[in-house]
Amino acid sequence: MNINFTLIAQAIAFAVLIWFTVKFVWPPLLNAIETRQKEIADGLAAASEGRSALEVAAKKSEVTINEAKQKASEIIGQAEKRASQIVEEAKGNAKVEGDRILAGAKAEIDQEVNRAKEGLRAQVSSLAIAGAEKILRKEIDAKAHSEMLSKLAAEL
Amino acid sequence: MATEHADNAHHTEQALTPSGYIEHHLSFNAHGVNGNVTDQGFWVLHYDTLIMSVALGVLVMGLIWLVARKASAGVPTKAQAFVELVFGFIDDQVKNIFHGNRHSFIAPTALTVFLWVFAMNSMDFLPVDWVAGIVSFFGGAHAKWRAVPTSDINTTFALALAIWFLMIYFSIKVKGLGGWVHELFCSPFGTKIWVWPANFLFNLIEYVSKPLSHSLRLFGNMYAGEVIFLLLGLWAATGVSGTIFGAILGAGWSIFHILIVALQAFIFMMLTVVYLAMAHESH
Repeated sequence: MNINFTLIAQAIAFAVLIWFTVKFVWPPLLNAIETRQKEIADGLAAASEGRSALEVAAKKSEVTINEAKQKASEIIGQAEKRASQIVEEAKGNAKVEGDRILAGAKAEIDQEVNRAKEGLRAQVSSLAIAGAEKILRKEIDAKAHSEMLSKLAAEL
Repeated sequence: MATEHADNAHHTEQALTPSGYIEHHLSFNAHGVNGNVTDQGFWVLHYDTLIMSVALGVLVMGLIWLVARKASAGVPTKAQAFVELVFGFIDDQVKNIFHGNRHSFIAPTALTVFLWVFAMNSMDFLPVDWVAGIVSFFGGAHAKWRAVPTSDINTTFALALAIWFLMIYFSIKVKGLGGWVHELFCSPFGTKIWVWPANFLFNLIEYVSKPLSHSLRLFGNMYAGEVIFLLLGLWAATGVSGTIFGAILGAGWSIFHILIVALQAFIFMMLTVVYLAMAHESH
């Protein structure tokens, strides 16, 4: 148990070792470890962020798909409606056209009938006159009646 | 006693007595600063203690430095992973005790203390007679060599005193000179003037006992461990069965000593951190 100059020498050695550690050993280790810790933390944060982004995207895509489906069914419904509308329209048009043609035909028929009637009437009157002439030719003497006829002509 | 032993050893190997054997192994390789071989007075250096401790300090801190120099934040090498394991262990301990900027001084100091003391304690595992054999091969039969620097009170007291001065330095740095003196007189019992002497006495005892208990705990454990190795080594003098018996007991003590070596290094480091942390706290 003899205290001597070794004490001072050891204290100096100790101080130098501490200085060395403080200056050259601790900082690079601390730096490496803290940088890695930060990188790991960042990586984990990015991973969870990615996971939540994926979830959001999945939800978004679902919504989009639903919207598209809805739109598609809407369009199909509209198309069906339009198609039936067109058919109805065509039906209406056809009916109108048909009616028109029918009316035209009817009018033409009426005209023809009238014309025929007129013709017939004319023919009936000439026939009647011819008949009457034939009858009259037998009974009327031209001489007897020429006085009356000339009277008639004078009255004209 | 030392000269007597030297005379004994000088005569012949058979003249070795148990006390001479132990005396030889517990003697330092002491040299006066002026060049004389002496172990008297203050101006003496223990070459064995100095050379072993400095070599071990350079070895352990150098090895750590070699790894730290190339430390990367990416995937660590196995060596770096091991060093980071030690780093993390020390850093965790310091973090639990000291709540301030530990990275600027206290944590690296704790790392130095732990690794250096651990390495110095570990020299206890070297077989004492092998060390003596190697040394006597180079330096003659008289050459003495204590392989365990921490079983030299100079080493442990040097460390404890250095920590003690750091303690006072940090006390003054954190609280100011006035704050430190105020604390010397006004804690732990209060600020009333009639308790000043009691406070001062209390603090005085604390300041004296801290380095003493700090250094003597480590020294005592290591010195006792060494003495027990020497006593077990003495069995070899009783013949073949004694040698075998001594070797078995020595192996057992070595295994138990692994615990003491690590534990004492840990305790020394923890006390260092605790003392320095206490210096930062104001009461």
